[in-house]
Amino acid sequence: MSGFANKEGSVVVKALIETIQKNKDYLSEVDGAIGDGDHGVNMEKGFSLCLDRVDWANTTFAEAMRTLSRILMMEIGGSMGPIYGTLFGEMAKVAKDKEHLSSADFSQMLNAAVAGIGGLGGAKVGDKTLLDALVPATKAFDDSIAAENDFAAALTAMSEAAKKGWESTKDMVAKVGRASRLGERSRGVYDAGATSCYLLLTALADSVRPLLK
Amino acid sequence: MQRFVNNPSEVVDDMLVGFLKNYSSLLAPTDNPKVIKTRMAGEKGRVGVVTGGGSGHKPAFIGYLGRNMVDAVAVGEIFSSPPAKAFYDAFRAADGGAGIACLYGNYAGDNMNVKMARELAEEDGIKVMTVVANDDVASAPKGEEAKRRGVAGEIFMWKAGGAKAAQGASLEEVIAAAQKAIDNTRSVGVGLTSCTIPAVGKPNFHIEPGKMELGIGHHGEPGIRVDPLGTADQVAEEMVNIVIPDLPFRSGDEVAVLVSGLGATPVMELYILFGKIAELIEEKGIKIHCSYVGNYFTSLEMMGATLTVMKLDDELKGLMDMEAESMGLTQFKR
Repeated sequence: MSGFANKEGSVVVKALIETIQKNKDYLSEVDGAIGDGDHGVNMEKGFSLCLDRVDWANTTFAEAMRTLSRILMMEIGGSMGPIYGTLFGEMAKVAKDKEHLSSADFSQMLNAAVAGIGGLGGAKVGDKTLLDALVPATKAFDDSIAAENDFAAALTAMSEAAKKGWESTKDMVAKVGRASRLGERSRGVYDAGATSCYLLLTALADSVRPLLK
Repeated sequence: MQRFVNNPSEVVDDMLVGFLKNYSSLLAPTDNPKVIKTRMAGEKGRVGVVTGGGSGHKPAFIGYLGRNMVDAVAVGEIFSSPPAKAFYDAFRAADGGAGIACLYGNYAGDNMNVKMARELAEEDGIKVMTVVANDDVASAPKGEEAKRRGVAGEIFMWKAGGAKAAQGASLEEVIAAAQKAIDNTRSVGVGLTSCTIPAVGKPNFHIEPGKMELGIGHHGEPGIRVDPLGTADQVAEEMVNIVIPDLPFRSGDEVAVLVSGLGATPVMELYILFGKIAELIEEKGIKIHCSYVGNYFTSLEMMGATLTVMKLDDELKGLMDMEAESMGLTQFKR
C-alpha cells in the first residue's frame, strides 16, 4: 500500500509554513472584512517561528508537526493558536511512532484533527468556521479511499472538497467566534479560518503527493 | 500611516519597554516577556488577581496592574488573545498560595487560552477560578447575555475583584465580588472612525463620514446599526437609551458611570457627552455615586466612546471607594 516515510515527511510541514508566509496579507484581508484583520499576521508569526526552530534535515513529519503544534498552542494566542495547535497536535499524535504513513493513517490523522477541534469551542459544520473546510475534506478523503482510489487521488479529492467547503462559507452566517455577533452582516465574505484551512489542506495534499511510494 | 512605529510587527514588545521603564517603581517584568506583574504580586496568603487580553486598548490591560488592583497581566498581540503560556505564567507570577482569580473578557480566543492555562496551573496545584466579563449590551440580545463581549465594564470588575483580594478575602469571595460587579454592569460603544493595526497597515473597516456606528466593538466589530452622526446630546441619549433599560437600572439605584474614549476622540468631547449622560441618568432618579471620564479602554486610534454603568450595593460601593493605585485608575481615600 502506498504511503510516505515519516522521516522524509518534514518537508510537508515546511510546505505548510511557506503557504502561510505567502498568504499572510491575503489572510489578514479576508479577516479584516468581518474580523479584526490580524489572522495573516498571527499565523505568519507562529508558522515562521517553527521554521527557525526545527532542524529540518533530522526531523520526522510527526516531530515537525508537534513542534508546530506546541508553538501555535503555547506561544501564539488569539483563537487560531489553540485551534491550529490542536489540529496539528492531534495529527502529530497519530503519526508519532509510525515509520510509514499509509492512507489509513492519514485518514486517522484528519479524523483526529476534526474530533480535537470539535472538542474546543462547540463549533459544527455550517457555523462559518474552519470546520467547513476541514470536515468535508476529511469526508472526501475517506470516501475516495472507500471507493478504492489510491492515496494520491484521495488527496486530490480532499483538496477539492476543502476548496468547495471554503467557498461555501461565503454565504454562511457566522454562529461562533467574534464574527457571530454580526449575525446577517457576516454573510457575503469568506471565513478567515476556513480560508487558511483550505490553503493548508491544499498544501498538505500537494506536498504529500510527491512523497508517496 | 501617521504613526510612531519601528517594526510594525514588534509594536507590543516596543511598547512594553517604555511602559515598564515609566512604571518601574510599581511594576516588574517576569521571565516571560509577555507577562507583567506588580512588585507586590504573589504575596503569601493573598488571592492573586490576573487578567489578560490583546493589546491596543491602553490603559487596558496592563494599565490596571497596581496596588489593590490587578496583580499580573498576560499581554497579547494587537487585538489578539495572549497565548495559553502567557496566562499560565501570569497565574504563577500572581500565585501566593490562596488561588488565582482570572478576570477577563468574553472572546473566543481568551476563553480557549485561559482554559488551557488553567489546566496547566492546576497540574501545579494552583487553583484558578474565572469571571468572564460580558457587559457589552449591543453584542447579543437580552436573554443571550452569555454571548456578549466584555468591554470597559471589565475595569469595574478588576476594581471590585482587586479591592476584595486586598481585603484578604478568599478566592470564592473575590470571584463572587467580581461576578457581582460584572453582572450589574452594562456598556455600549459608538464608533466614528476605524483603526489600523500597524502590522496590517490599513484600516480594519470603514465608517462613512457623517455616520456613526452604534454598538461597535473594541476591535472594530461592526455594531448593531449605522446612523447619521447626531449632536453630542443626541449620541449621549442613544447610549443611555441602550444601556439603562437593559439591566434595567431603576429610580433609586446608585451607580458608577464610566465614559471612555476609543483612542482618538478628544477628551473634551468625552466631557461633552458625560454632561448630558449624567443629566439623563439623574433625570431617571438614578444617583451617580462615582464617575470616570477619559481614555480608560481604547481601541488604537478609533474615534468614538463607550458608556458603562454599574449598579452598586453597599459591598460594591465599598470596593469602588477603596484606595487603589494604577496607571489607568487611581482612587484616593474617599
